[in-house]
Amino acid sequence: MADDPLVVGIETSCDETGVGIVQGNTLLADAIASSVEEHARFGGVVPEVASRAHLEAMVPMIERASAEADVALDDVDAIAVTAGPGLAGALLVGVAAAKALALSLGKPLYGVNHLSAHVAVDQLEHGPLPERCVALLVSGGHSSLLLVDDVTAAVEPLGATIDDAAGEAFDKVARLLGLPFPGGPHIDNAAREGGHITLDFPRGLTSNRDLERHRFDFSFSGLKTAVARWVEAREQRGEPVPVADVAASFQEAVCDVLTRKAVDACRATGAGHLVIGGGVAANSRLRVLAEERAARHQIKVRVPRPALCTDNGAMVAALGSELVRRGREPSAWDLPADSSMPVTTVVA
Amino acid sequence: MLLAFDTSTAAVTVAVHDGSSVVGSHAVVDPLRHGELLAPGIVAALDAASVSPRQLTRIVVGVGPGPFTGLRVGIVTARTMGAVLGVPVVGVCSLDVVAVGVAVDEPFVVATDARRKEVYWARYDASGTRLSEPAVAKPSTAAFDGPAAGRGAVLYPESFPRAVAPEYPDASDLARLVGAQRARLLPPEPLYLRRPDVAAPAARKSVL
Ligand SMILES: Nc1ncnc2c1ncn2[C@@H]1O[C@H](COP(=O)(O)OP(=O)(O)OP(=O)(O)O)[C@@H](O)[C@H]1O
Repeated sequence: MADDPLVVGIETSCDETGVGIVQGNTLLADAIASSVEEHARFGGVVPEVASRAHLEAMVPMIERASAEADVALDDVDAIAVTAGPGLAGALLVGVAAAKALALSLGKPLYGVNHLSAHVAVDQLEHGPLPERCVALLVSGGHSSLLLVDDVTAAVEPLGATIDDAAGEAFDKVARLLGLPFPGGPHIDNAAREGGHITLDFPRGLTSNRDLERHRFDFSFSGLKTAVARWVEAREQRGEPVPVADVAASFQEAVCDVLTRKAVDACRATGAGHLVIGGGVAANSRLRVLAEERAARHQIKVRVPRPALCTDNGAMVAALGSELVRRGREPSAWDLPADSSMPVTTVVA
Repeated sequence: MLLAFDTSTAAVTVAVHDGSSVVGSHAVVDPLRHGELLAPGIVAALDAASVSPRQLTRIVVGVGPGPFTGLRVGIVTARTMGAVLGVPVVGVCSLDVVAVGVAVDEPFVVATDARRKEVYWARYDASGTRLSEPAVAKPSTAAFDGPAAGRGAVLYPESFPRAVAPEYPDASDLARLVGAQRARLLPPEPLYLRRPDVAAPAARKSVL
């Protein structure tokens, strides 16, 4: 076991109920149920609806994962669970289930940080993480740059969004353009047809003055407002909105800032690797632009496949397995769910 | 060997029953920490009974009605333990658990705290048999001059002038009720009684 701990990971921080099983850096199962469709008509995640869905999906996902991995739960070395950050009521369902699993099996429990798990998951795809890397985590709830010297113990925030998360900006702009929720993939698709006209949308926190105080921070709410104004003006003049072009220019603005700051962070910290995670990492333009810019500075980009970028149980299991391998202390039975768990806390 | 618990009120209560009597128990009253307290409570009750999880043959959980977040902690714990240990899981209405502890010889009501100035409640006859479906209502709607058990009776004396014990469900009562085969068994599904509040989707803010 020492080198390849068999770990079950549980994730319920938002609207996905994920149960994953890994053995060391090998993914054995990744069962996921999502309540995203139940939230779609509200244009955002409704916490109580998500929590109810987690309760119903939990045991089926545990059973599906153990069948898929073809392992007896008795053989696992530990249980890991997202303890935060996330929606409090949703986190609690996962934490309670993980405790029930661990105490029934007599195995150690690790309550872990969701953001560290988004970084650790890359080990399942590209093997052990380098000594030092910068992680760009971009999802519906987060947009942060982290300096990761040890994903099990030393994770330091370099910067984060000061308003909307990147995925949130994608979702809001999609709504404005009449595209369905969640909007990221729809904008990505629409943008492929766009680019005939280029709209000059603002790049938040990139002026010299902003860079002094917010070198590694992001801001997307000004961009969102600029897009809204542009679309409104068009509509008021009775002109059609060129959805594909707006999507392409908006996406370019987001990806431009994200990659510019991420590469700058790598150079400033001497990190030779950039790991990108979170739902927005699925964005095709972000991947291309990151590769292009990083390559100029001999920085390697690691992006796991899209299924591992969005919230899932395997990422929690991946981090759990690394914690066991390094002999880290497990959590206590009174582990709380912490909706605002600081990024520097890897294990609660 | 039966493990019983209830998290539908401010009490996080656990008991282990060996078929003839309660052999271990643990209870704490704390309205906001069910998620933290249940697992240690289960460990403590099992330890007190010198029983390991593997020896359990059945799990019983109070299915509310009660505040959703705490209620789910109990139910997901019961379901997960049942699935992992391969033992059956059953539910019991938590108001019935409070009713077991009521020691009066006349009809009574059980009213627990539903927050938002409401109670979860039901009526019982003198022998403790439930006469109404569990419901959520304003205290004035559920008002009763006779004996009233549960935290709701303590909170709203205008509507329930004769508050009687117990104030909270006790898992030992739950375990005895099921052990004696006198419980009205339900599937382990939460009695929410209220629709989710969908007014405000979660603000997706950075937490850093
Ligand atoms: N191809 C894409 N391009 C841009 N954004 C995308 C793409 N695919 C998904 N997204 C965005 O990713 C977000 C979903 O990310 P994820 O699945 O990680 O969930 P989350 O609940 O936001 O995660 P977290 O809890 O980590 O914040 C949504 O905002 C969605 O629009």
